[in-house]
Amino acid sequence: MRTAMITRRPYGSFLSYIDLSREYYAAHGYPKPYKWISHQNVPFIKLKKPLPECRVALLTTTDLKKLPGESAQERHLSRKVYAQPVDDAPEHFYTQDLQWDQESTHTDDNNSFMPLNRLSECAADGKIGSASPRFYGVMTDYSQGKASKESAPQVLEFCREDGVDALILPAL
Amino acid sequence: MSLVARYLEENKIPTVVVGSARDIVEECGVPRFLFTDFPLGNPCGKPWDKTMQRSIMDMALELLQFARQPRTTVQAPFIWSEDEAWRKVFMHVSEERREEYIKAGEARRAEQARVKGKLKKKDGDLTS
Repeated sequence: MRTAMITRRPYGSFLSYIDLSREYYAAHGYPKPYKWISHQNVPFIKLKKPLPECRVALLTTTDLKKLPGESAQERHLSRKVYAQPVDDAPEHFYTQDLQWDQESTHTDDNNSFMPLNRLSECAADGKIGSASPRFYGVMTDYSQGKASKESAPQVLEFCREDGVDALILPAL
Repeated sequence: MSLVARYLEENKIPTVVVGSARDIVEECGVPRFLFTDFPLGNPCGKPWDKTMQRSIMDMALELLQFARQPRTTVQAPFIWSEDEAWRKVFMHVSEERREEYIKAGEARRAEQARVKGKLKKKDGDLTS
């Protein structure tokens, strides 16, 4: 039997991206640190029916594609919330200009960050009632107002149109 | 992403966030969070590892089903590698590269200003 690995560290094991990004952007000449949102209260609602009767959807922060000749900034500023049929999912989502660790890993396998196939298997196995026929996408936005006032209501509308009972949100 | 989860939950659709930036998600505060302690990019399991990906999907679904209160965080029982060098790569500031960062920041701001100006002009053309 393999003995569980015990590691002792003089620091926390998981990284603080709040600290890392503050130092990173300060080094890039941004004088004011980004102010991450912090809530005291968190909403919570239980599933209304058993999981094997629920329709479940996925929401990604990745993009479907970038147009030829479009710069990363142009794409970022013009991105919109989207709903896309699962049958028309891209072979490779566009992730290159997003913030993720491009030195340590890659995004060649969609299911490592947008597990449409794994969700569909859960539907086939009867673990969930069905997978939504569409998935949704939002941009990771520095504007918290835009996320709350524009992106979130649009995603809610998509979910209602598709009869979604629960949503999984993998953040790249 | 966390703000969208909160909004949906407020509007009676249960949610679970799956991610690797634990402090950002927990600081915002979400109903359910499945934490994968991996480099940013593969929160749903290692590339091409279908068994791990399915296990993470099953854990996310179990959280949807069994969490009893908000801010429920579960950590997936997987490690990226025995070697933890990846923790010192992404966004780490190296003293030797300070000048390079300043130049990259200036280029980024110039590009942002150019694109914003272009979009503003486009909006102006449409409304005039």
